[in-house]
Amino acid sequence: MGCGTSSVKDRKSERVLKAALVIQNWYRGYSARLKARQRYALSIFQSIEYADEQGQLQLSNFFSFMLENYTHVYEKDPEFVTRLFGTTGQDDKDRQDYLGLIDIPDSYSGPRLQFPLTFTDIDLLIEAFKQQQILHAYYVLEVLFESKKVLKQMPNFTHVKTSPSKQITVCGDLHGKLDDLLLIFYKNGLPSGSNPYVFNGDFVDRGKNSIEILMILFVSFLVYPNDLHLNRGNHEDFMMNMRYGFTKEVLLKYKLHGKKILELLEDVYTWLPIGTIIDNEVLVIHGGISESTDLNLLHRIERNKMKSVLMPPIPIDGDHSTDLKKNKVGTTTMPQGIRTNGSFSEQLTKHEWEQVVDILWSDPRGKRGCYPNTNRGGGCYFGPDITSKILNRYQLKMLIRSHECKPEGYEICHDGKVVTVFSASNYYEEGSNRGAYIRLGSGTAPRFFQYQVTRATCSRPLYQRVNIIESSAIRILKERMISRKTDLIRAFQLQDRNKSGKLSMGQWAFSMENILGLNLPWRSLSSHLVTTDKDGNIDYMSSFQDIHIKKPVKEVQSTLIETLYRYRTDLQIIFNIIDSDHSGLISMEEFHTMWKLFNSHYSVHIDDSQVDELAERMDLNKDGSIDFNEFLNAFHVVHKFDRLHESDTQLA
Amino acid sequence: MKVSSGSIEFLVHEIAVAEFHKKIKEAFEVFDHESNNTVDVREIGTIIRSLGCCPSEGELQDLIAEVEEEEPTGYIRFEKFLPVMTKVLLERRYRPIPEDTLLRAFEVLDPAKRGFLSKEELIKYMTEEGEPFSQEEMEEMLSAAIDPEANSIHYKDYITMMVIDEN
Repeated sequence: MGCGTSSVKDRKSERVLKAALVIQNWYRGYSARLKARQRYALSIFQSIEYADEQGQLQLSNFFSFMLENYTHVYEKDPEFVTRLFGTTGQDDKDRQDYLGLIDIPDSYSGPRLQFPLTFTDIDLLIEAFKQQQILHAYYVLEVLFESKKVLKQMPNFTHVKTSPSKQITVCGDLHGKLDDLLLIFYKNGLPSGSNPYVFNGDFVDRGKNSIEILMILFVSFLVYPNDLHLNRGNHEDFMMNMRYGFTKEVLLKYKLHGKKILELLEDVYTWLPIGTIIDNEVLVIHGGISESTDLNLLHRIERNKMKSVLMPPIPIDGDHSTDLKKNKVGTTTMPQGIRTNGSFSEQLTKHEWEQVVDILWSDPRGKRGCYPNTNRGGGCYFGPDITSKILNRYQLKMLIRSHECKPEGYEICHDGKVVTVFSASNYYEEGSNRGAYIRLGSGTAPRFFQYQVTRATCSRPLYQRVNIIESSAIRILKERMISRKTDLIRAFQLQDRNKSGKLSMGQWAFSMENILGLNLPWRSLSSHLVTTDKDGNIDYMSSFQDIHIKKPVKEVQSTLIETLYRYRTDLQIIFNIIDSDHSGLISMEEFHTMWKLFNSHYSVHIDDSQVDELAERMDLNKDGSIDFNEFLNAFHVVHKFDRLHESDTQLA
Repeated sequence: MKVSSGSIEFLVHEIAVAEFHKKIKEAFEVFDHESNNTVDVREIGTIIRSLGCCPSEGELQDLIAEVEEEEPTGYIRFEKFLPVMTKVLLERRYRPIPEDTLLRAFEVLDPAKRGFLSKEELIKYMTEEGEPFSQEEMEEMLSAAIDPEANSIHYKDYITMMVIDEN
């Protein structure tokens, strides 16, 4: 086979070839497994996020339940119930009411805005926020007040025209991540008459600079009201803010005037337009559509009557259609009715309200048809046939929406007719996803731009990034497990006939999915959550060994602790609503009432006296009031082998 | 794998198949973005590898041909993927590379036994030999493997690190 030397060479190069193949093969396998692990982590984050949103809607049912069944609560304390439903007749307040008593001290070194605002104020704010300065409450209120005035003039849908020389940029969810907004402005330029933007909702919650983002967006809006378009997202909702962190952020940054800001914000939200229509072809809305989406109706409704997704229009006399002709005074004890002489003109009709919820909450899916969005608990899943139907009906070509985090920052589906754009990079955790924005111009195809904010100057290798998001996701999942520990153990033991402490993989996965209500790849995740013996059987108690909920008082029952931990966010929201002066204290009586109601609605089977006793023992009783923040903060999870030791991971 | 029905082996086999089905479904669903039981064909490689198999690129193409539609649509349906993948798992095909085989492969490329490869050498071998890396794959491997000061990869440490990470 040829002469000696060349056959040696052949053999050598054959060995090199084989060696290269081995390394490449191994590397591709390793790299694929990393990517799969990344996906698993993301699906954990997403499942829990949506399950939480579902929990939020359960809270809304609780409020309705309260009103329907405890009318005596109202009769005894009408203030209490009206407090529950927020709005205190905002329209009567004028500028003086908001700004009157607020002084800006000379010592204030933050940015000072000059009204009427100009582009220099935008620059000023950006520079100040880069240096982590806080805008004084006076300016915040002024900006909000002025924004409300201008927003009121806007129609429900803004119609925009582009041209090849004047393209428009569409951005998705920002969720308080200031770095992403600044990166977008850096790459794509500041908003101006020749550089218009649409921000498609969810500016706030979760990230830690929600108020700063709002201020930049509103100031830009006031300077360029015809070129900076803001659409309402499902998080532009004062009740969502209570659960997902924005309320907390405001109260922390604005200790003195936070409450005023929140009140005004509640109102400003309702005046945000529902959507934008570009060149009569592209519909831009936050969530999605349903088979019954009626754009003509949506153009007409009084959008400011949509206060919160948690405040559906209340039926009158058990009649489920809110017919405006039936203005019966005093036949119900509904709060809105009381304040406005029994007229229900303060509400949308049920149909109108549902239309708006669909727009703000729906998600596209591959399956044809329209189904209730069971993950989120609101809006629906809509298929490609629905998209075609609705787009054709209104002679539109494309739907751009946000609302869902995508690993690449954007995703195209339904045959190119639906585009999701999401602008908060690293949304769940550093390295979890990219952010994106879209540039559109008539006559040109849409262009997508992606980015990812990194803290370090050089980005980490893939395996490190995956490790970070994986551990973060597993941590959150374990916390979920511990908050359902009793139910999980009961389910495991039911299947463990011979009390061996072991279950098959199938049995374990079944219970996990059932009890936690999360559709996750349990088999693939099992290695992170439990120990498996050499026969492949699962030691189901091993999950609970390195993590427990801290007991604030020794003698207290574990199940009580677990329940309080599990519902801590809901309880926080309820308490926050009762605590109208944001003092952090509610009366013992209010505490008892709320607990009784909560107990019966959520069927938690905890003795009221146990909770009282707990509060007593924790010595939180300060002159007949309970410091509920202290109460709730006492229930947190301790990860035994964790450097951080106590949980500070926040999905909210 | 011939198993006679009515025997214990058959029962064990059935249970194994059921578990494989569930595992395959899980791995598939994570990439099924639109929840319509299809995945982009470009993600099939990742799915198969995430299930612990290590086909070469050539073997992967063969597998894809088996699961594709007659008229390729760019999407793979679960109904077609499941039986093919189950067989792969039952037959224990495309077993992963053992650690020492991997080490020996690096040693072949480093005949002088220095204990490392220079960045240029690694790039040359990975992008010119065997089933060459794409630029993206090369950059990705370099980002984790390269010692930036020496511009080289100490393969023994690298392998150890990767193995630990996977376990």
